Amino acid sequence: MTAAALLVAGLGLALFWAPEDADQGISQKIFYVHVPVALTAYAAFFWAAWKALRLLWKGGDRYDLESYTAVHMGVIFGVLTLVTGSIWAKVSWGHWWVWSERQLTLFLILFLFYSAYFMLRYSTDPGPRRARTSAVYSLFGVVLIPVSFMAIRLAEGLIHPVVFKRDGPDMDGTMFLTFCVCLAAMLALAGGLYLLELSGKRADANLRDLRERLA
Amino acid sequence: MSTGEKYLWGAYLALFAMVLVYIVLIALKVGRLEREIAELAELARAKAEEPRG
Repeated sequence: MTAAALLVAGLGLALFWAPEDADQGISQKIFYVHVPVALTAYAAFFWAAWKALRLLWKGGDRYDLESYTAVHMGVIFGVLTLVTGSIWAKVSWGHWWVWSERQLTLFLILFLFYSAYFMLRYSTDPGPRRARTSAVYSLFGVVLIPVSFMAIRLAEGLIHPVVFKRDGPDMDGTMFLTFCVCLAAMLALAGGLYLLELSGKRADANLRDLRERLA
Repeated sequence: MSTGEKYLWGAYLALFAMVLVYIVLIALKVGRLEREIAELAELARAKAEEPRG
């Protein structure tokens, strides 16, 4: 409910309150979906890595399931990042995708890396070995996130815009507030979906266990 | 509607579609879990009614 209320508020602010950008016009408002969705994908991958670390450190099946669910969330928000980014690229640059942009290519590599996580996971039998392998893979993936995030600042000759600079966000207060509400909405949405999916997976596992006992 | 507006709505609709598809998938999963619980409850009932020994 919190996520739904924040989403309605965020998109309402983005569409009807935040001013139009002087350069890009109304299409710049894609920013309020695209950037929060991308940051949420990064957050989900970080959460997956944290759970993976806990699994390797302390052990326990629950961390494996939590890490797996977080990677799933990250991939879903990753797809959405690529889709909204491509739409924004088409309207701003005239192309759906620009291979010379390191930020885009690195995000695609990150996305494909985490997509391969599912292939790895389902190619091994369930058990502690699969849990540990998945956890190590998830931890390796998290290294790519700062690289992907910093690529935009390290590369030269970019057309991808840089909004958050060392001296603060490069936008007015109204835009920044709208962005913060949209970011909170995406994080709440991802959190809600994560808990929903996690409870579904736990119920599934418990039912499988019960079926085996009753058989 | 301008080109910019069309693309803007396209991006917002992508988000909406993702949430909608996710909710439909979760609803299907809940339906499957309910059926499985009913099956298991039936199985447990049948086992309880079986004569012992």
